[in-house]
Amino acid sequence: MWSFSKIADFIHEFLGSYLNSTWTMIAEMVIAGVAVIGLFALLGLVLVIMERKVSAWIQIRLGPNRVGPKGMLQSLADTLKLLVKEAMTPGGADKFLFNLAPYIAMIVAMLLMAPIAFAKDFQLWDLNIGVLYITAVSSISVISILMAGWASNNKYSLLGAMRSGAQIVSYELSAGLAILTIIIFTGDLQVSEIIKSQADGWWIFKGHVPAIVAFIIFIIAVTAETNRAPFDLAEAESELTAGFHTEYSGMKFALFFLAEYVNVFIVCAIGATLFLGGWMPLHIGHWTGFNHVMDYIPSSMWFFGKTFFLIFVIMWFRWTFPRLRIDQLLNLEWKYLLPLSMLNILLATAIAILGWHF
Amino acid sequence: MFEEIGTNAEGDMMINMGPQHPATHGVLHLVITLNGETIKKVDPHLGYIHRSIEKMCESLTYRQFIYVTSRMDYLSAHINNHACAMCVEKGMQIEVPGRAQYIRVIMDELTRIASHELWWGAMSMDLGAFTPFFHSFRERETINDIMEETCGARLTMNYMVPGGVMNDIHPNFQRRVKEFIQLYKRKIHEYDELITGNVIFQNRMKGVGVLTAEQVISYGCTGPVARGSGVSCDVRKWWPYEVYDKVEFNEVIETGGDSFARYLIRMKEMDQSIRIIEQLIDNIPDGDFQAKTKAVLKLPKGEFYSKVETARGELGVYIVSEGGTTPYRIKFRSPGFSNLSILHDMAKGGKIGDLIASMGTLDLVIPDIDR
Repeated sequence: MWSFSKIADFIHEFLGSYLNSTWTMIAEMVIAGVAVIGLFALLGLVLVIMERKVSAWIQIRLGPNRVGPKGMLQSLADTLKLLVKEAMTPGGADKFLFNLAPYIAMIVAMLLMAPIAFAKDFQLWDLNIGVLYITAVSSISVISILMAGWASNNKYSLLGAMRSGAQIVSYELSAGLAILTIIIFTGDLQVSEIIKSQADGWWIFKGHVPAIVAFIIFIIAVTAETNRAPFDLAEAESELTAGFHTEYSGMKFALFFLAEYVNVFIVCAIGATLFLGGWMPLHIGHWTGFNHVMDYIPSSMWFFGKTFFLIFVIMWFRWTFPRLRIDQLLNLEWKYLLPLSMLNILLATAIAILGWHF
Repeated sequence: MFEEIGTNAEGDMMINMGPQHPATHGVLHLVITLNGETIKKVDPHLGYIHRSIEKMCESLTYRQFIYVTSRMDYLSAHINNHACAMCVEKGMQIEVPGRAQYIRVIMDELTRIASHELWWGAMSMDLGAFTPFFHSFRERETINDIMEETCGARLTMNYMVPGGVMNDIHPNFQRRVKEFIQLYKRKIHEYDELITGNVIFQNRMKGVGVLTAEQVISYGCTGPVARGSGVSCDVRKWWPYEVYDKVEFNEVIETGGDSFARYLIRMKEMDQSIRIIEQLIDNIPDGDFQAKTKAVLKLPKGEFYSKVETARGELGVYIVSEGGTTPYRIKFRSPGFSNLSILHDMAKGGKIGDLIASMGTLDLVIPDIDR
């Protein structure tokens, strides 16, 4: 069957037959880097057109339908436009920080791609503290937003950054605790091990109530962490015009924009990996016939299917709910989600110790 | 004025919201004094879309000046025209035929529904929900189609003339209005499911932007803003004009005084408008759609005042005539101006998000404020 791991093996053998092991490794790193950049751009294009089509579907309209078949090349045309636009730097801005901020946003999004398993045996870096790495790196993204807001010399940007700082730092707690629930069940931080532990059933099914609660909390928290509506207070179009990226234009704006979408992809990929079994097919107990049929669907299809389902859910949120106010946003986290997550962890620990999970 | 912007003497941040800002729905300029996110002072600066409509009216004849007023509160253009036509009729002592009165009221109420539907979408957009805007436009489009068929225009109708309406209604009019009523009744529950019942929405609205009846009266607020604080002020009930005294409808009053009360008022007013149209649409009497008037209208010397209930509140038209073909002086008492003046009291102490939410429930139309 066609799979990513076979392509990877083929490239490895092909390079190995011409170069020594050091150069093979370097060449492979270059290929991986280019692939990540390519994936970054591709995901941006796909997710933007997906968002526009999903929103059009929800809002009883057609969405982009002029460029390419059914408007599918619209985001490519938009990218071209953004590339040729002048990237302005406002007069009173801190030029260094202003120009640095979008790159940090982008780099964080790229770094987060490393431990994600896109298909069976297809992972850039399967480090043994994968989940810890993800939570650690993702918290850097707030710095880029704060930097952009501060350096823009614009009060709307500053307010947006201020809100975003409070929001991301708070919601990371809930997201972290939700992830921890699964870690308690698996006892392992390595992404490949977490996926392997779900061979006979995904954690959302195996983990009883705590896993379901953790999943819901995780989805809410990551929606807030990626600054998506109803938690898009950092941008809050009707209040702060465009929040922290008000002053950005051209490709620098596009980098923020792309980073947002890639971040959405990444958090959904993490959600799919932890709760929905990553690339693991859907297996139901002793239904060997059913399980066998499920195995025929390629692992990459499983991974992307689950991830895009979660992305769709997050987009659905955005086009349905009104925005929260900043104090309500923090109340939701500190008064409801955080105590609930802590209780949930206790419950999960009890279940794990008693061995009640499947 | 502009030097002081930045930070003030107490070190509070001052921010210019507008004249180009997504939430001010036009060119309203708010200078906001902020302590962190908390609002200390809101100072609306007006005049960005001042077109001196009142002055323009002085050089237009009594037939012509009516149409300029469509551009004041463009969302209830028909009702503005109605107020002006009524004022001229009062001066000329023209008896409006029954058919014209019925048509006028039906069109008024259709305009009111269209205006409230646009408000519903725009206010939801202020709160960060984009989808309602498209849903409300779906129904509003039907009203616009009816308007287009009746008088050829969709937004600024110019359908009123002193003494009646410009043309008779289209043969399809009654059928299409009834179709719209059916459509409205089928779809209105979607509005409640999408927004009214939403927990986030209710949290954003309840207890926010509270106005007491005392404040509302002292600022001269009218329309849904006043009725949201329990002040009965519906011109259609208190000083009935045309056929409003012949139809049954309730003046919607809420006593909450918060943004949610004002929201509910407008939602229920749409139902009442439907109720009025239902009573009138089958009973439009035969006869003339326009009274016989002279080609050149000359108001007798004196002062004339008429008022109507627009979608935003009480619109008063005051004409001073010297006996010529053009008015000597015209003054409009627009509801938006008084409603805006209460903004500081409403938003003080709240967050920026509250300001936007409660400003949305004021239903401001900036050309109506500046004129």
